[in-house]
Amino acid sequence: MKRYVIAGNGVAAVGCIEGIRSFDREGEITVISEENYPVYSRPLISYLLEGKTDTERMKYRPDCFYEENGCRVFYGRRAVSVNAAKHTVTTDDGNTVPYDNLCVAVGSRPFVPPFEGLDTVENKFSFMALDDALALDAALFESASVLIVGAGLIGLKCAEGIRDRVGSVTVCDLADRVLSSILDADCAAAVQKHLEQNGIYFMLGNTVQRFEGNRAYMKSGVTVDFDFVVLAVGVRANSELVKNAGGEVNRGIIVDDKMKTTLDGVYAAGDCAEGYDASLGARRVIAILPNAYMQGYTAGVNMAGGERAFNNAFPMNSIGFFGLHIMTAGVYDGESFEDRKNGSIRRFFVKDRRLAGFILIGETDRAGICTSLIRERTPLDTVDFDLTKKIASNLIFSQDIRRKKFGGVV
Amino acid sequence: MKRVYVNEEWCLGCHLCEYNCAYANSGLKDMVVALKDKKIFPRIHVDGEDKITFAVSCRHCTDPLCVKSCIAGAIYKQNGVVKIDRSKCVGCLTCVLVCPYGALAPGEDGIMQKCELCLDNSCGLPACVTGCPNRAIVYEERSEAE
Repeated sequence: MKRYVIAGNGVAAVGCIEGIRSFDREGEITVISEENYPVYSRPLISYLLEGKTDTERMKYRPDCFYEENGCRVFYGRRAVSVNAAKHTVTTDDGNTVPYDNLCVAVGSRPFVPPFEGLDTVENKFSFMALDDALALDAALFESASVLIVGAGLIGLKCAEGIRDRVGSVTVCDLADRVLSSILDADCAAAVQKHLEQNGIYFMLGNTVQRFEGNRAYMKSGVTVDFDFVVLAVGVRANSELVKNAGGEVNRGIIVDDKMKTTLDGVYAAGDCAEGYDASLGARRVIAILPNAYMQGYTAGVNMAGGERAFNNAFPMNSIGFFGLHIMTAGVYDGESFEDRKNGSIRRFFVKDRRLAGFILIGETDRAGICTSLIRERTPLDTVDFDLTKKIASNLIFSQDIRRKKFGGVV
Repeated sequence: MKRVYVNEEWCLGCHLCEYNCAYANSGLKDMVVALKDKKIFPRIHVDGEDKITFAVSCRHCTDPLCVKSCIAGAIYKQNGVVKIDRSKCVGCLTCVLVCPYGALAPGEDGIMQKCELCLDNSCGLPACVTGCPNRAIVYEERSEAE
């Protein structure tokens, strides 16, 4: 009987478990879970603060999940080292667990720059895990002033989640625009305006120089007084387990399209892994939930002796703020096309006759049809791309292709 | 497994499937109360333009991207049918971004809903199929498309 060990208990771990079980119902699965919770949906923590979900509904899988999949879970335990030669993992309580195949799915951690005086700030929070959200939830009060450092996906979702629960929300970022990882300047300006109309205050191209208690001295010379500061500057992949065991790492743990690391019998998946981005044509960490699941699933199938490659990964995001939806995918490279109407922006990037990426703001109906053009690397001269620029419709495909897409089991 | 298929040559573009879907999923007995003067949010949509029309609803894929991509773990597969637990959905629309068929759209409340083949509602058989005046929409077992 094969022994599988999964370090981590997030979405990539679930993918891995389900991947293993699609092939091997018998093998023994051990999950090492640093958090004391069964798997939950981390992207939902802002909705928790907003009151749109609760810890029960945030459960990513039903309570019976581990039992039904024959997993034993070590809660509150962290994998601290891997012995690649002996095929063992050691946990922080000194327990050594042998494996035939190991999946490292330990995610990422908040990156906190060395701000001067940060140690003098009493009320500081990260915004990544459930415990971060619960701590913030318990601390917030109606007249509180909150400073969020970082105008990325995490910082802005936090801003939306707490706006109605506090007096003021100020977001600062060294970048000169919001969501700089997924939006270009024009689109970022449109989103920023919408956020401002909904009561979020911005200080962009500006960051904290030093903290002194509940006051931030900004680069621009102004000071910001706050009751709470949320640090949402960025994240770093947890790659040390594999690195210290002699495996190859870069920004994340390097994996091939089967999610194998350079260590024998060791796989990696999720936010700690650096796999191939088909839209970029190079390796990079794609820290999004769908990617975590698919990488985990791929790892699981291969660990259990199946054959599965995940070779069409690319970044994509669907995110909404105060009713405005934003969808992005791929890379913003090549010739760009834009269609604006009724406050919506649809921007497409075309390279080598193929859709490289897109940004949709507002009008997002059926956007998956556009995403599929990136995923399938569809030559754009085989579809009605002029129509795609205006509206996502299956009419862009020829009748033959539509018959294939809709005429049978897919 | 039986699925809903549309023959686009026979589709009249009458949108009756959308109304029958909205009614079947309204939970209401009276069609007039359910639909009159209301903007409807059906789980099937007529795609196309004047000359070519075809109704699109969930394909209930063998390997569904929406299930794997849902950030809330709200979409799942049960006996081949792709279903959603609406109480878990937060309306992020990631499923809309990944569905290659453009088959998913949110409900009136911004929370996702989807075709579950009318297996659990009052209709019992896909309402879009039973109400299609030209029999363009069928509910049958097929293998992969030729």
